[in-house]
Amino acid sequence: MPTGADRRPARWRAPERARLLWLRTCAALAAACLVGSCREAGVLDPQGPIGSAERLILLNATAIMLVVVLPVIVLTLAFAWWYRASNARAVYWPDWSYSGHIELVVWSIPAMVVILLAAVGWIGSHELDPALKLKANARPIRVEVVSLDWKWLFIYPEQQVAAVNQLVIPTGVPVEFVLTSATVMNSFFVPQLGSQIYTMPGMTTRLNLLAARPGDYPGLSANFSGDGFSDMRFLVHAVPATEFASWLARTREAGPALNADAYSQLARPEGSAQARTYSNVDPNLFEQIVNPTAPPATAARQEH
Amino acid sequence: MLGKLSWDAIPFGQPIPMAASLFIVLGVLVVLVLVTWKGWWPYLWREWLTSVDHKRIGVMYVLLALVLLLRGFIDAIMMRTQLAVAAGGAQGYLPPEHYDQIFSAHGTIMIFFMAMPFMVGLMNFVVPLQLGVRDVAFPVLNAISFWLTASGALLVNISLVVGEFARTGWLAYPPLSELQFSPGVGVDYYLWALQISGIGTLLAGINMVTTILKLRAPGMTYMRMPVFCWTALTSSMLIVAAFPILTATFGMLLLDRYVGMHFFTNDGGGNFMMYINLIWAWGHPEVYILVLPAFGIFSEVIATFAGKALFGYRSMVLATLAICVLSFMVWLHHFFTMGAGADVNAVFGIMSMIIAIPTGVKLFNWLFTLYRGRLRFEVPLLWAIGFMVTFVVGGLTGVLMAVPPADFVLHNSLFLVAHFHNVIIGAVVFGAMAGYYYWFPKAFGFTLDKRLGAVSFWCWLIGFYLAFTPLYVLGLLGMTRRMQHYAEPSWQPYLIVAEVGALIILGGIVATIAQLVVSIRTRERRRDLTGDPWNARTLEWSTASPPPAYNFAVLPQVESLDAFWAMKQRGLRAPAEEYESIEMPRNSPNGFVTAFFAVVTGFAMIWHIWWMAILGLTCAVLTLLAFGWMERVEDQVSGEQLAEAERARLRPMDAA
Repeated sequence: MPTGADRRPARWRAPERARLLWLRTCAALAAACLVGSCREAGVLDPQGPIGSAERLILLNATAIMLVVVLPVIVLTLAFAWWYRASNARAVYWPDWSYSGHIELVVWSIPAMVVILLAAVGWIGSHELDPALKLKANARPIRVEVVSLDWKWLFIYPEQQVAAVNQLVIPTGVPVEFVLTSATVMNSFFVPQLGSQIYTMPGMTTRLNLLAARPGDYPGLSANFSGDGFSDMRFLVHAVPATEFASWLARTREAGPALNADAYSQLARPEGSAQARTYSNVDPNLFEQIVNPTAPPATAARQEH
Repeated sequence: MLGKLSWDAIPFGQPIPMAASLFIVLGVLVVLVLVTWKGWWPYLWREWLTSVDHKRIGVMYVLLALVLLLRGFIDAIMMRTQLAVAAGGAQGYLPPEHYDQIFSAHGTIMIFFMAMPFMVGLMNFVVPLQLGVRDVAFPVLNAISFWLTASGALLVNISLVVGEFARTGWLAYPPLSELQFSPGVGVDYYLWALQISGIGTLLAGINMVTTILKLRAPGMTYMRMPVFCWTALTSSMLIVAAFPILTATFGMLLLDRYVGMHFFTNDGGGNFMMYINLIWAWGHPEVYILVLPAFGIFSEVIATFAGKALFGYRSMVLATLAICVLSFMVWLHHFFTMGAGADVNAVFGIMSMIIAIPTGVKLFNWLFTLYRGRLRFEVPLLWAIGFMVTFVVGGLTGVLMAVPPADFVLHNSLFLVAHFHNVIIGAVVFGAMAGYYYWFPKAFGFTLDKRLGAVSFWCWLIGFYLAFTPLYVLGLLGMTRRMQHYAEPSWQPYLIVAEVGALIILGGIVATIAQLVVSIRTRERRRDLTGDPWNARTLEWSTASPPPAYNFAVLPQVESLDAFWAMKQRGLRAPAEEYESIEMPRNSPNGFVTAFFAVVTGFAMIWHIWWMAILGLTCAVLTLLAFGWMERVEDQVSGEQLAEAERARLRPMDAA
């Protein structure tokens, strides 16, 4: 029992040391992670207004909750420590099991946090609705997105060009995505630009994004779609408007045409597809992919 | 004659699946030979395989869970190892068609055949004892439930040797799981295994609800029930309400796959969004089916080892019921990214946040149970403290993803994976381990080794943080789930740390196995003769360890909450001088035999062996009917026998 300087019985020291060690490890790890996250691409390094707004919500919501969560963690550990059976100084109330005041407090604290977060959620859901068109000075461009086995097709209907696994967009210009799938469900996601959205066969979803700064931002599918799923990556090249115009011009000259034949060739299942471009895109192609009367997009997969 | 089944179904050409198959087949053979060699069959048949005793069935459920924990964990280690090496251009050692099976099997096994049987098993064992009654409402049905669950587990493991498992993820979203995109037998294994075990789970839920509503010791009013019984009741009500949805949903997918219907197909007017809604209408309550009993376990453990009544009992009951109801109103938060409008997303987001209120109340109540307690740091309390700290972090990240715009960037990322492991390991697994250690002496009459228990706890806790903190970070860096390889070399260090964490958890699992072995070998020193090794509060501790088949020679009279604590305070024990004879249900092979035919039917359906399916189903139904018509289903235990047994039980306690 308590003696001299260290009043704790010996058997308490080992777990305490272990806990300290564990806390230090966690702290070091968390610090390393934070430093790491700041440097690298991801949702904490947004390159457009949608991504920035979402990061702000993420940080705000976390901060609001930490106000309650941190004290709970500290209190849990403190109570566990102080009320250990061997602590002769700790008060023991074996029959105490109700207090109206405390009950009121413990229901109100989470309720208040939730009211605050609910407001964040309600406003955020409406302001950042993926279907909501973005306000900007530039005239928006429209990109039709098709997820295929296992690659992405991006059609620029107004410019009549298309690209596979690479998406070139002008900076500062709102991009209106209309998305579908020619195969199973996928999710179109560019972490640094913000919101993802499912691509679903036989229907379209909408997404509005904007790249504020030039750069190359990785994109990928966020919903598992079969064996080639891991290679459903693409690169977003956000470039200044002039450069975008010259890319369009080059592509119109260069690529093969994307008609029904070329499309059915393209729609065959394939892993790690090379980036490539098409010109003279059939203006009805996207409509035909969405519409069930279009030619069958995907052959049955092979059994392994 | 044998449908789609041929020698091609055995993975001869693939070294890793073949080695796994051989390992499983050899393991099963060794066990069978050993049991035959030692002449254990009659004992096993009499005492376990045909037992309808809720305690034996509970123990078998937990044993099933522990075995499948190993299987699911091997999957986890394989995935972590794959991702620790498959960076940049590397493909790792698992090709996608194998890796996809592994993550699908990992999720399916851990939820349906590890977490579920663990919780159902603990409920089975504990609830009748806590209610002060002699068995569940329908003892034979209870055995059928267990054996059907075991059948599902068996089918999933057969898929390792014969054929393949689903490559669709643990919820088998169509259209990927439709015949067009998954023509193999993998999805059929998944569907039939879960259909069969799902029926077992539904029956178990019905049984438990009936037991708690209709069978309680005299004086055990609802507001005197231990909190664990409340959580078992709500969890079982959720089972009764949610599992039929699962069965119907899988039924429709089976119709699509077997007879060419179009519920969820891309063509023919199918709509797979319906499947995703339905599966989560089951799936979200399922989360609470698992976690509510864990909350109940922590309530018992914290009160017992704090030496204090649970703080805010009524609040706890109310919070439990609130969670039960709310859990059915939030399913859409699993697919905010499907493009529903802002109003729909916001409403479901806010409903999801509201669940955090009763959950938060529970945490505060546990906190105030610790407050001014006298804490004995036995292993279950370690798990409970570890849970409280870990669970609030999981709750935080969960509520974060309930905010739709935050979910737009976190959905389907490793952040999500880290979140649900944070709550499922942090609450369900920690709770199961706490319950396992806490009630083990009640089940077997001796305590488990404390030191190895603590080692297991620390390994799990440290391993958990090392394994999943990097996944939170990777999610923020934009790594999505279910990748078999990745291009970003900068992700690799995090995944190596995660693998180290998984290996530390493995250390915890090994410690648990070692603990069992050591404790059995030193059981004579660890006998619990009092029946109350923890100085606990509820009725299960008022009878012998292990309890006799009939649990209580005389049903206890309940006069307050924490009935046994009150009895101890009043100095009451050995209640009766007179013993009335009682009737106990006889053993029945019904469950085991029905389940055997269920496996035959399931296997035949998977491989399109129609004659065998018809035969198996017919036999299963005939078995049910035949045993249903049995006349003598109960045995008498006479008053003298009871009196003799009680005297024998109390003798060492009086001597002490």
